[in-house]
Amino acid sequence: MNHSTTPTPSSALTPDPENRPRVALFVTCLVDLFRPSVGFAAVKLIEDAGCEVHVPAAQTCCGQPAYNSGDKTDTREIAEQVIEAFEGFDFIVAPSGSCGAMMKKHYPELFAGDPAWEPRARAFAEKCHELVSFLTDVMMVRDTGAAVSAEVTYHDSCSGLRELGIRDQPRKLLNAVEGITIKEMQDPDVCCGFGGTFCVKYPDISNAIVTKKTGNIEGSEAEMLLAGDLGCLMNMAGKLKRSGSTVEVRHVAEVLAGMTDTPPIAGSGK
Amino acid sequence: MELTSDRFKEHAQKALLDAQLQRALGNVEKGFIGKRQMAADALPEFDAIRDNARDIKNHTLAHLDLYLEAYEKKVTEAGGIVHWAENAEQARAIVLDICRKAGTRTVNKGKSMITEEIGLNDYLAENGVTPVETDLGEYIIQLRGEHPSHIIAPAVHLNKEQVESDFRRVHTHLEAARDLSEPAALLSEARQVLRQKYFEAKVGITGANFLIAETGSSVIVTNEGNGDLTQTLADVHVVVASIEKMVPTLEDTAQILRLLARSATGQDMSCYTTYSTGPRRKGDPDGPKEYHVVLLDNGRSSMLGTEYQEMLRCIRCGACMNHCPVYQSVGGHAYGSVYPGPMGAVLTPSLNGIEKTGQLPNASTFCGRCEAVCPMRIPLPKMMRHWREREFERHLTPTTARYGLKFWAFFAKRPKLYRIAASFGIPALSVLGGTKHRFRSLPFAGGWTRHRDLPAPQGRTFQQQWQQREALKQNPSQERAA
Repeated sequence: MNHSTTPTPSSALTPDPENRPRVALFVTCLVDLFRPSVGFAAVKLIEDAGCEVHVPAAQTCCGQPAYNSGDKTDTREIAEQVIEAFEGFDFIVAPSGSCGAMMKKHYPELFAGDPAWEPRARAFAEKCHELVSFLTDVMMVRDTGAAVSAEVTYHDSCSGLRELGIRDQPRKLLNAVEGITIKEMQDPDVCCGFGGTFCVKYPDISNAIVTKKTGNIEGSEAEMLLAGDLGCLMNMAGKLKRSGSTVEVRHVAEVLAGMTDTPPIAGSGK
Repeated sequence: MELTSDRFKEHAQKALLDAQLQRALGNVEKGFIGKRQMAADALPEFDAIRDNARDIKNHTLAHLDLYLEAYEKKVTEAGGIVHWAENAEQARAIVLDICRKAGTRTVNKGKSMITEEIGLNDYLAENGVTPVETDLGEYIIQLRGEHPSHIIAPAVHLNKEQVESDFRRVHTHLEAARDLSEPAALLSEARQVLRQKYFEAKVGITGANFLIAETGSSVIVTNEGNGDLTQTLADVHVVVASIEKMVPTLEDTAQILRLLARSATGQDMSCYTTYSTGPRRKGDPDGPKEYHVVLLDNGRSSMLGTEYQEMLRCIRCGACMNHCPVYQSVGGHAYGSVYPGPMGAVLTPSLNGIEKTGQLPNASTFCGRCEAVCPMRIPLPKMMRHWREREFERHLTPTTARYGLKFWAFFAKRPKLYRIAASFGIPALSVLGGTKHRFRSLPFAGGWTRHRDLPAPQGRTFQQQWQQREALKQNPSQERAA
């Protein structure tokens, strides 16, 4: 990247443009395919935090569908591909707690005992972060400077919450967004029923779980639902729209970046 | 009970449509989750005790052979008898033999999942010995000819109206006009009926929450006191316990007991915690004349040294199922196995093989709430994943899922090809999504769209748009051309 032609956002942390952290964005397959605007919101947030963003071309998926289906061989091959493409950067950031946890927590387990790959997976995992916690915990961002007028409710996606400890970080940043009011739903920390391939393997059970969740979302009387994982968001948005809800569904990064001009997930209105 | 875990999906479907069951399942969430949280919050060292308890059990499992032998020695010294049972069949036969020698026609039973595991009730009944369940929940389901749907609340799938009608059906010697509308009346009636049975049986069977190597004691925890009556009023007390109930010392039970009731029911301690060491000694005012322990393996020893060893730390508190969104949706019977919920999804394949039980470890969203609340810090999702790995290795995964996965992985491992395919497919799909930006149905997406709409892609992929943005940065003059 040619620094002289790139506008450099100012940052209190890293005033020297030559020494900005080099962040590789792991877009995630769902954001890449279904909602690129989340990727661009992530790019803006990371750049505003004073980092230089790179998007390695050799990325598809973190391998989680194979991993959770018991296919370790394919998972390893995909994970090796990810590590090779990303390990040269200062940080690897994903707008997803689920993919983040896969890379940070499960890659080292996947390669445990492999003399060549385990150390690489561990070093790689050290540098992996979910987007919002990267902003708050690594780049010490307290305010993203966005203004969005909305009453929102936040769903804690399971992997981010329980594997990476992400709960307060998004709420802190949301509270700093001008015009945002958080209306907590009942049981925000209970699974939405997505579960990756679970939702198509057991559609009726998944439906029972997401029905409880959308009931709680409606019960919060918020006009917008936010979360940090596109899989859960697509599940909840799909159920909300099927049941005729007007609640708008967005990835938390869109609001934090002030980029809410795109139609919400699964569209707006009934 | 007959293992029907291969029909999990079918059972689940039925359970989801069962309005009465769904109402009863609401009580699981209401009754257990908040209480557990309050009890855990009120004990500042709760998490430290969890670490300690995990370490105690890990140590015990690493030296299980030595502790089992030490335990047997202590039981024998105290005048008890240890019977070793490799499998369910042997355990059943040992218990029947004890009953026959005692000359009893009925046996009383404290609540015990291990006797469910070995199918003891049916076996005793077939052989002329009538088992009487004395725990209220167990008594109710025994009247109904059912199996427990929860490991600590066996009748949690029922409501009080169902219990009332069962009592009226069975307790025909009582006045028909009696008022049973209040739960307290049901409890009192059960107590009245059961009280008499305690004096009829010469043998009382209990499980054990712990076996203590240091003293040769067995420990049970109950809330109704039925376990104590079962084991102290009978001439013969038979403890049926699996080998992983072992802990080295009395102090260890004190540690783990601080977790058990809090995790199970949100109580600090259960109402009764009873330690038994051998039969009645000279000068004891009461107690059984004989004390037997049937030590059951039934597949546990083959879990040692495998990736499922940690499952043997389980203390059967039920917290994992109380917090499981799948269990909350379908209840315990849907699992078609003795042990339901997340702990069952790991343990059942270990005990019964993965061939017939593969659905259980698959029926999880991996939300991780079970592991988060497990007092013994058992990594349940990880072990469910290991079962999926065993399935995949042995080609037991359903063919469509397997080919679907392989097809997807083919592209996921070839980023260039993946990008080309995505750059054609995704924008087209986006156009199909129209102005609503979602699909009500889509070929090959029936699993998704049966119950929910599928959000449409926004348009071109992120990678497509990013490449363009980077190209423009390299050569801004292209912008005008474009």
